[in-house]
Amino acid sequence: MVGEIAALAPSVFVKDAWLIALLPFVSAALTLFVGKRTPGKGSVYGITAMAVGLVMSLGVLWHFVNNGGPYEANVSWFQIGPLAMQLGEYVDGLTAIMVVVVTAISLCVHVYSLGYMKDDVRYTWFYVVLSLFTGAMLNVVIASNLFQLLVGWEVMGVCSYLLIGHWWEDKTNSNAAIKAFLTTRVGDVPFMFGIFALIFATGFTTSNIQVIGRTVAEGHVSSALVAAAALLLFGGTIGKSAQFPLHVWLPDAMAGPTPVSALIHAATMVAAGVYLVGRLFEVFVHADAFVLQTVGVVGAITMVGAAFLAFVQDDIKRVLAYSTVSQLAYMVVGMSMGPAGRTAGFFHLFTHAFFKALLFLGAGSVIHAVHSNNMSEMGGLRKKLPITFWTFLIGSLALAGVPPLAGFWSKDELLVVADETGHTVLFALLLATALLTAFYMTRAVLLTFFGGYRGHDQPHESPKTMTGVLIALAGASIGVGLLGAPQLGDAVFGKWVFFEEVEKAVFVPWIAGVSVAAALIGIAFGWLVYRTHTERDPIRRLGPAYTLLEQKYYMDTFYMKGIVFPIRDKVSAAVYWINQNVLDGAVNAMAPLTKLVARVVNAFDRKAIDGVVNGVAETAGFTGGLLRYVQSGNVQRYAAFLFAGVVIFAIIFTRV
Amino acid sequence: MIRLPLILFFSAGLFSVGVYGVLARRNAVLVLMSIELMLNAVNVNLVGFSQLWHDLTGQVFALFVIAVAAAEVGIGLALVILIYRNRETININEVNLLKW
Repeated sequence: MVGEIAALAPSVFVKDAWLIALLPFVSAALTLFVGKRTPGKGSVYGITAMAVGLVMSLGVLWHFVNNGGPYEANVSWFQIGPLAMQLGEYVDGLTAIMVVVVTAISLCVHVYSLGYMKDDVRYTWFYVVLSLFTGAMLNVVIASNLFQLLVGWEVMGVCSYLLIGHWWEDKTNSNAAIKAFLTTRVGDVPFMFGIFALIFATGFTTSNIQVIGRTVAEGHVSSALVAAAALLLFGGTIGKSAQFPLHVWLPDAMAGPTPVSALIHAATMVAAGVYLVGRLFEVFVHADAFVLQTVGVVGAITMVGAAFLAFVQDDIKRVLAYSTVSQLAYMVVGMSMGPAGRTAGFFHLFTHAFFKALLFLGAGSVIHAVHSNNMSEMGGLRKKLPITFWTFLIGSLALAGVPPLAGFWSKDELLVVADETGHTVLFALLLATALLTAFYMTRAVLLTFFGGYRGHDQPHESPKTMTGVLIALAGASIGVGLLGAPQLGDAVFGKWVFFEEVEKAVFVPWIAGVSVAAALIGIAFGWLVYRTHTERDPIRRLGPAYTLLEQKYYMDTFYMKGIVFPIRDKVSAAVYWINQNVLDGAVNAMAPLTKLVARVVNAFDRKAIDGVVNGVAETAGFTGGLLRYVQSGNVQRYAAFLFAGVVIFAIIFTRV
Repeated sequence: MIRLPLILFFSAGLFSVGVYGVLARRNAVLVLMSIELMLNAVNVNLVGFSQLWHDLTGQVFALFVIAVAAAEVGIGLALVILIYRNRETININEVNLLKW
């Protein structure tokens, strides 16, 4: 019954979707101001806000389950000349999916952190930033215009910085935070210019995304401008979604607490870049074909390159980080294949968010148990952490693309689209990446949970708040893929997220077969190599190739030696010299000059101006001194003057 | 009928005697009395011109001057008495506190 009403008109959830984005901000403020005086140190506010937000998000999704249409509402913010700035919400199926993902993952992470961050020095602060981040991400997702989106985008960046550097007492952590912030900013600059270009395209009237989309679609804008805007926007995606060549910050961002990695650096913030491409898809589609090809090439390079890098990592979180980079590139490649690819890409984003959050939180549970990030100090944890093991295994299989888990359906969808649209090279690369993914995940699982224990601390299963979340996410990792499964009639997901026309999921048996084969080959190969694990990681036998991967293709080295050091040593030295000699010289020269001028002014003030003033006073005093003797006090003398005066006047007047 | 020039000469003489008294006398009472002489010189003038023009205004004015003079003497003598009580003298040369 409710469904029929919702299908007719936007429900209250859709109309008030902006409340979903506002709630986390409120909880962040509450936690900040009264958190420390609240029993449990304030985590209750964030968790409540996320739970309510999740319910409201599901309400929004329900509208689209019942084939509801998109809804937009704006209020005026301010006006600069012809440019009308607004605050608003735009809710369509894509928004609904994103708010559900963000609130669900955020709720999981908030609850999980109860156990993981217990007794942390900055426990309350952690929850403040966590809530603030979620609010910013929801703002990005809900925003109806580009400026509002940009505000959320930048607040996310700051929160990411704060959370990566949460344990800033350790210098490497704060370095990682700075690196992440600066690297994403490199992408943000073109992003901002892309926004300006699009506003220019509307004739400086609005930054509303839908209006921009229509303007571009009508073809009144020059193709060069559209192409430039699309490429500039993609710069933002490269930064935020850690695509080649700006992917280097994401692995280092693992310095942050693990729940943060799960929320920000796996499921939500890094997906914002992909979301941006999808939200402004009109611009990308109507730009020159060359733009989407560039997107595809960047995605393909990242996808394969990052997957190889995951091979050699010892830090379990870094394995997952490179896996995230690789999987985000999967989505980007999906975007590059047109409207059908967009749906498939977002489906992958949707499923990936759940199983990657699960994997990160599982890794967090392991780290919580053994007090080390390194897989060389783990091993044999299968018996000691049974819940973590089983959930992690489910997450790994989902990521590897084993049916019927979530990852299988979304990868399969991407492969089908690649085949249908004739992207043969991308098809091959997607398949290869699937194989590589299966291999490195098998390696991670075997190194962590099988063999003998190589650590020092006594491992123990994590508290219920953590394992509960793991179980919930494992359930989601199994279930959410079915939303896009072609076997269940018309795939539901394509009805929610589509471009111009509803996408139907297609099941092609041979593609599914190849995909499963790739996953199984990867797993089998991993099993063969790592089944009997010795102290020395077998991957080291690769020799020079291993060194190349170990050095991350020398990209960090290049950035440090080619960009950071020259700026630090040469440019900053030059600036320092200029500052010391030129600027300070000028400043120092000014001081004696000022003193000299001050002396002159002082002398002038004392001699000339004071002289005049004192002179007037002295003259008046001298004259008064002379005249006072007239006041003798002798009444008869006064009377004599009086008569003398009268006589003088009398003489004057009688003369006249 | 006394001719006007005679009256005016008499009045001028009377006034001059008054001025001399005011300026030269040291005794405060005598100074006051000299002021009376000057006032009455004016009265003589007023009455003289009144008679010349056959206009009573001058005589009425003279009566007013007499009345004002009476009041003035009353206040003046009171002041003199107070000065005497304070200073044991009525020599106005010694009453010179109000000077530079």
